[in-house]
Amino acid sequence: MAENLEKVIQEVTARYGKDRTRMMDIVREVQARLGHVSGAAMDLIAREVKSHRVEVEGVVTFYAFYTDRPKGRHVIRVTDCVTARMRHVDEVVAAFEKELGIRVGETTPDGQITLERTSCIGLCDQGPAALIDDVPVTYISSDKVKSLVRVLRETGDAKKLVKTLGEGNNALDLVHSMVINNIRKRGDVIFAPFESGSAIRNAAAVSPAEVIRSVKTARLRGRGGAGFPAGMKGEFARNAAGDRKFLLCNADEGEPGTFKDRVILTEAPDLLFEGMAVAGYAIGATEGILYLRGEYAYLRPYLEHVLEQRRAKKLLGKGIAGKAGFDFDVRIQLGAGAYICGEESGLIRSCEGLRGSPRDRPPFPVERGYLDLPTVVNNVETLCCAARVLEKGAAWFAQIGSEQSSGTKLFSVSGDCRRPGVYELPFGLTVAEFLKEVGGDDAQAVQVGGPSGTCIDRGQFGRKLGFEDLPTGGSMIVIGPQRDILDVAAAFMEFFVEESCGWCAPCRIGNVLIRERLERIRAGKGLPEDLTYLEELCTTVKKTSRCGLGQTSPNPVATTLQNFRKAYEAKLLPARQDGRQPTFDLRAALSEAVRVQGREPVAH
Amino acid sequence: MSDFTFTIDGVEVPANKGQTILEAADAAGIYIPRLCWARDLAPGGHCRVCTVLVNGRPQSACTHPAGPKMVVEHDTPEIRAWRKNVVEMLFVEGNHYCMFCEKSGNCELQAMGYRLGITTPKYPYMFPQRAVDATHPDVMVDHNRCIACGRCVRASRDLDGKNVFQFVQRGHHVRVAVNAEGGLGRTNLSAADKAAQLCPVGAILVKRVGYAVPVGRRLYDVKPIGSDIEAKRAATPSGK
Ligand SMILES: Cc1cc2nc3c(=O)[nH]c(=O)nc-3n(C[C@H](O)[C@H](O)[C@H](O)COP(=O)(O)O)c2cc1C
Ligand code: SF4
Ligand code: SF4
Ligand code: FES
Repeated sequence: MAENLEKVIQEVTARYGKDRTRMMDIVREVQARLGHVSGAAMDLIAREVKSHRVEVEGVVTFYAFYTDRPKGRHVIRVTDCVTARMRHVDEVVAAFEKELGIRVGETTPDGQITLERTSCIGLCDQGPAALIDDVPVTYISSDKVKSLVRVLRETGDAKKLVKTLGEGNNALDLVHSMVINNIRKRGDVIFAPFESGSAIRNAAAVSPAEVIRSVKTARLRGRGGAGFPAGMKGEFARNAAGDRKFLLCNADEGEPGTFKDRVILTEAPDLLFEGMAVAGYAIGATEGILYLRGEYAYLRPYLEHVLEQRRAKKLLGKGIAGKAGFDFDVRIQLGAGAYICGEESGLIRSCEGLRGSPRDRPPFPVERGYLDLPTVVNNVETLCCAARVLEKGAAWFAQIGSEQSSGTKLFSVSGDCRRPGVYELPFGLTVAEFLKEVGGDDAQAVQVGGPSGTCIDRGQFGRKLGFEDLPTGGSMIVIGPQRDILDVAAAFMEFFVEESCGWCAPCRIGNVLIRERLERIRAGKGLPEDLTYLEELCTTVKKTSRCGLGQTSPNPVATTLQNFRKAYEAKLLPARQDGRQPTFDLRAALSEAVRVQGREPVAH
Repeated sequence: MSDFTFTIDGVEVPANKGQTILEAADAAGIYIPRLCWARDLAPGGHCRVCTVLVNGRPQSACTHPAGPKMVVEHDTPEIRAWRKNVVEMLFVEGNHYCMFCEKSGNCELQAMGYRLGITTPKYPYMFPQRAVDATHPDVMVDHNRCIACGRCVRASRDLDGKNVFQFVQRGHHVRVAVNAEGGLGRTNLSAADKAAQLCPVGAILVKRVGYAVPVGRRLYDVKPIGSDIEAKRAATPSGK
């Protein structure tokens, strides 16, 4: 075994050139071969790549999909996403526990199967879902659990769980997945037919500066949530000092309720890679990285294949489109279960083989990013838009949508509506129009932009979706009248507690404290002053946290306290007549004394 | 001569290019509370106690570069409340029994609590289960008192060139681990290392020197934390 370990580590580290910045790949592969990354493995990896054991340990223990302890041959990860909770995922989990005879977090005694929960896996419109090894399994109900476990045990191959194939490219051999795209509405930008090479040719015919000017004229803004003008970002990187620059595509898509990038990756990867090449040309980058969330690992073989085809067609590699000096290539970096790696500087760290904690800014990535070199990070959809701008022209793009939000937007729609799925709609429509489109007219609330966004009530359904009013990275969770809004908030707080990177105090501790008080209120033990306590706590966490995660993580509570205060008040304990604290329970307080003395108190 | 000036709470402060807000404030005798920052170490941005408003936006003073004409708000009731809350969070996150801790009186967390007027935290104690590592002959680590400030991590890496400490795990499970299976005693840490000296609390302690200074003469017994910096301002004519 020891010899085997040595051999495996030698082979794996050699494959990645003993380069410590490739730690994510090294750890992933070591784990794939040995089941887990033991202390002994960490020592050896550190020795081979000239790192330190504790640094390897830091990486292994940061990412949810890596483990330093032995697990089962197969790992079942059932999503804990709020949309799955709406579909009774707890019953599914209970069924797995019963069938396997273990609790969540445990491994069957025969070492075959480990059962875990995981954050949103981007299958919110077809849940409850789970990842079994790398294989997404959708629409799980408790009665299907028995056969899933049986097939897994009998075949030892999670791929065999895929009985019916999804539509479109999901059915390709290289994908072979039961996931469905659920594209409900195609627009002109993302889901329209695209001829590979058309945008690249137009870009190569003009100077990089002109490409940037086009993107600016199109008024393209980032689709990852923050809405930063894409042309301006590109220009910053272009003007930054240095010859070596990078273009990173953010396909980490971890915000609960978001899954539109998965559909782009499945159905329009050529448009995306075309956008990456164009952006690389514009900023002067020859190297690109697609940071693909670990949950989407099943798409990797297909994406690698598309990259290969593009290299063959001279749409990637050296001398793209026959133009000397137009060099650009892409490598895929897999993530490993960490929402914070969607934050651009966390993503960069992860690409460098480090813990995915964000960096302090300034300096911004456009000056000092990946390997401390100028780097642009863009969302998948943003890069697709950029390709389309180059293909069809800035003016064409700018006339779609609204003044400050040009183009179309992909919405990932889940929750209590009749037609969940992906919609490509022009920016600027109202929430009411949106709800009509998706069949969710009776909603009591909509969570716009995922948990880090805002939870709006019916009174605000006239608001417009777009950067000028209600921005969203695409997550739209419809909350029906039958739901308890506090359950939704609780699920979101659970998510942030789980996904905080832990670097800074307010986010690491504050979110746990918010969750504690929310749980107390949900349990019917809240006091009126708990609401102001929560408000102050939320403000402190938002104002003092280091990155966007902590700066928005209190939103599920902060925005519902604002828009659904009655839901909180209804659960609070009434003031007591006797003047005592409502939570004070005299019998409980005296119970210890009663036990010791063996007699009841005289007065109460 | 300074490169430029900016204001902190309306007071004009000179600064040089490359200086952080906190460094410029220090030089001007304005004390911005801080816990994870330490002289000679790169700033970490962990504790957020140094939060200020820069042109209206919250930033950590220890990491944010000073800039010409910047308007910094620092000692306002609102910001004081945030800082106090964050320090209270650090208290309830760990197990801090000041009355018998040998760092008492020299502890920056405790001193910050006093300075910010914390009597008892409003947040519930978390009472985590944490370990004590006494495997090293000369240095001990009591994880109960660690506030995850990262000073030991940065000191060991950047000043000692050893990488003895590093963060592991994620979120509220984050803790400082050492570069060896079997504890600190298996690492090459020496009691003379900066990493063994710079812990702001009683989490990393050099053995056999505790309780040497009697109560009343400890570092923060007489003057509150930050007084040394504020003394500079008192000594120079105000404003200039
Ligand atoms: C906690 C957190 C998670 C994020 N996750 C994502 C993500 O999954 N995908 C994404 O494109 N942007 C994400 N972002 C935004 C990125 O930091 C960054 O702004 C974006 O990738 C820039 O691309 P864009 O300008 O094209 O929108 C996240 C930000 C934060 C703070
Ligand atoms: S705000 Fe949260 S996620 Fe961001 S750096 Fe701080 S602990 Fe990490
Ligand atoms: S042990 Fe001390 S120096 Fe190290 S992180 Fe904890 S509190 Fe900071
Ligand atoms: S001193 Fe600035 S964040 Fe800790």
